[in-house]
Amino acid sequence: MFHWLEKNPFFFSVGVFVVIAFAGLVEILPNFAEASRPVVGLKPYTVLELAGKEVYKKDACIACHSQLIRPFKSETDRYGQVSLSGEYAYDRPFLWGSKRTGPDLHRVGNYRTTDWHENHMWDPKSVVPQSIMPAYKHMFTNIADIETAYAEAVTVKNVFATPYGDEFKGTRAAWEAHKPKVLADAKLITADMKNKDVKDAVEAGNIPEIVALIAYMNRLK
Amino acid sequence: MQSNAALEYDYSVAKLFTYTTILFGFLGMLIGTLIAAQMAFPELNYMLGEYGTFSRLRPVHTNTVVFGFTLSGVFATFYYVGQRVLKVSMAESKFLMFMGKFHFWLYFVGALLATVSLLLGYSQSKEYAQYEWPIDIVIVLIWVSWGVSLFGLIGIRREKTLYISMWYYIATFLGIAMLYLFNNMSVPTYFATEGLGNIMHSVSMYSGTNDALVQWWYGHNAVAFGFTVPIVAMVYYFLPKESGQAIYSYKLSLLSFWGLMFVYLWAGSHHLLYSTVPDWMQTMGSVFSIVLILPSWGSAINMLLTMKGEWNQLTENPLIKFMVLASTFYMLSTLEGPIQAIKSVNAIAHFTDWIPGHVHDGVLGWVVFMIMAALFHMAPRMFKREIYSKSLIEKQFWLQTTAVVLYFTSMWIAGITQGMMWRAVDEYGNLMYSFIDTVAVLQPYYAIRALSGVLYLTGFLMFAYNMIKTMTASRELTQEPQFRSPMA
Repeated sequence: MFHWLEKNPFFFSVGVFVVIAFAGLVEILPNFAEASRPVVGLKPYTVLELAGKEVYKKDACIACHSQLIRPFKSETDRYGQVSLSGEYAYDRPFLWGSKRTGPDLHRVGNYRTTDWHENHMWDPKSVVPQSIMPAYKHMFTNIADIETAYAEAVTVKNVFATPYGDEFKGTRAAWEAHKPKVLADAKLITADMKNKDVKDAVEAGNIPEIVALIAYMNRLK
Repeated sequence: MQSNAALEYDYSVAKLFTYTTILFGFLGMLIGTLIAAQMAFPELNYMLGEYGTFSRLRPVHTNTVVFGFTLSGVFATFYYVGQRVLKVSMAESKFLMFMGKFHFWLYFVGALLATVSLLLGYSQSKEYAQYEWPIDIVIVLIWVSWGVSLFGLIGIRREKTLYISMWYYIATFLGIAMLYLFNNMSVPTYFATEGLGNIMHSVSMYSGTNDALVQWWYGHNAVAFGFTVPIVAMVYYFLPKESGQAIYSYKLSLLSFWGLMFVYLWAGSHHLLYSTVPDWMQTMGSVFSIVLILPSWGSAINMLLTMKGEWNQLTENPLIKFMVLASTFYMLSTLEGPIQAIKSVNAIAHFTDWIPGHVHDGVLGWVVFMIMAALFHMAPRMFKREIYSKSLIEKQFWLQTTAVVLYFTSMWIAGITQGMMWRAVDEYGNLMYSFIDTVAVLQPYYAIRALSGVLYLTGFLMFAYNMIKTMTASRELTQEPQFRSPMA
C-alpha cells in the first residue's frame, strides 16, 4: 500500500491529511460547547476594559505574564483562587501565556491598586527595586483606541451573543452615544491617579493607554 | 521517453530564498540576542523607545526566525531538492517558473509588512500566530503559491516514485495549511460594524479554554510542521548526498513518517497541563508526547546509521559534522520534550526558562545547523563555485556548538531553580520566597544566555560571510561535484 501511495501523490496527500486531522477532531470538538459556558455572574468587559486588553495585547504583556492559576497550594497561596474555565468565557483571545518572567496576573485586581500600577508602569523599580521589567512610559502619552474596543464589543455581541445591552449597536450614532460612558469610567480611574498630563488628557476627551490598561488590570479578579 | 542527458536544473528561485534565509537568520538572531541581553541588563530596553522593549520585540524575534529564517530555508531547499528528486527542471515550465518567482516576491513583501505590523503593535497575542487578519490573508496567498509550485512540479515529474523528502515537504504544506487556517479564524470588527475603529482589528472565533486548545494544537504543531517535518525532509536528502551513503532503512523511514504524522498532533495539549482544559485531554497530551519519542528517534537513528562504516567522514567533512550533530540534537530535544510533558515534571518546568531552553536546543542545535549544512551543500551546485573556506566552517561549528550548550545548560538551571523556588515552603507551610526573589536569582544565568547568543550570532555571521564569499569570490567549478562538497 505504501509503495502505491508513493506513486500517487493525490492519495498520498489525502492519506496524510486524514491522519493529521484526526487528533484535532477528537481532542478539540467534544468539549467545545461546555468549555465556552461562562461562570454564573460573569460580566462582559466594559469598553474601557476592552481597550485596556488591547494595550495588553499590543505591548505583548503575555511575553512575560501568565493569567492562569494552577491547582497547587503554592500557586493559590501566591495568587489566589485557582482559575476556572468559565471565567475565561469572554476572553477572545485567551491570554494564559506560557512564561512567567513576571508574576501571574489572573487576579491582580485583588491585591494591586490604581496607584500602584501608575507608579509601576512609569518606573517598575520605584515599587519593586529588583524588577527587570521595562518602564512603559509611552502608555502615558499614547491614546487608547476606544472606538475599536467598542467595535469589538458590538462584534462579539452580534456574532457570539456575548450579553451586552441593547444600546450596543454597530452604528456611528450608537458609538457617539456610548462614548460619554467610557469617558466617565476613565475618570473613575484618573481620580486615583496623580499624573497631571493623563488627567488633563481625559478631561479633554482623550484616554491615554495607561488608564485603559489599569481599568483592565483592576477588572482581573 | 527519458533522455539520458543530465538535466540542467534551474536554481533561480532556490537562490532567492537562500538570500532571505541568510538575511532573516541574521535579523532574527540579532533581535534574539538583544532580548536575551535585555533580561540580564534591563537598561537595554530603552534604545528604540516604545519599539525596543522586550515585550514588543519578542514576537518579532520568534516570527522572524520561524517565518523568516526557517521558512526561507525550507523553500530554498524545496526549490533545490524538489527538481532533483522529481527529475524535472523548473525551466521546463514557464508557468512554474513564474509561480516560483511570484511565490518568492509575495513572501518577501509579506515578510516585511508582517514585521512592520508587529513592531507597530498589531497583534492577536496568540503565540506564533500574532499577525492580524490582513497579514493572514497574505500568508494564505503565499502558502497557496507554494502549493501550486509543489504540486505543479510533482505533476510534471519524470521520477514517478516520490522520494522520502517529498513526503515530508507535502506534509509540511498540508499541516501548516490546516493549522494556520483554523487557529487564525477571526472576525474583523471594522466589517462587523458600520466601519467603526481600526480596520486591522479582529476578534478570535474561539474564547477562553477553547481558544487555548486551538492555539496550542496550532502552536505545538507549527513546531512540528515548521521545525521538524521539513528539516527531516532536508536531512533525508542532504546527508546521503553529501556522504555518498544510501539511507540505512526504508522501512524505518516509513514507520517514522507515518508514525510522526499520526502521533504529533495529539501532543499539543501538553502545553495545557494543570490548566482548565479537561483532564482526559491533558493525559492524552502527556501520553502521546511519550509515544512521540518513537517516530522522532526513528528518523534520527536512521540518519546516524546511514553513516555506518563511514564515520571517518565526520573528521574529514565539516558538513557531515553539522548534520550528524543536528540529528543528535534532534534526539536530545525529542527526549527532553516528552520529559517536560510528564505531569509531575511539567508542574515544575511550565512557565519557567526551561521551556525556552528546550526550544532553543531544538532550534539552534537541530533546525539552524541542518539548514546551514543544506545551504553549504547547495552553494557549490547552485553557484558553481567551491565553498570559500573549510577552516571557517570548522571554527563556526565549534563556536556555535559551545553556544548551544551554554544556552540550554544555563536555561535548565534557571528553569529548575525558579520552578523549585516558586513552590518552596518553610516549616510552617508558608511560601519561602517572594516572586522577585525568584527573578533576582536568575541574573547570572540570563547573562550566560546572552553571551551564548553573542557567540551563536557570531557563528552565523561567519556562515553568512562564507556563503557570500562562495557566491562571489571562490574558485569556479567546471563540473558539478557528485557527493562531498568541494571546499578550499
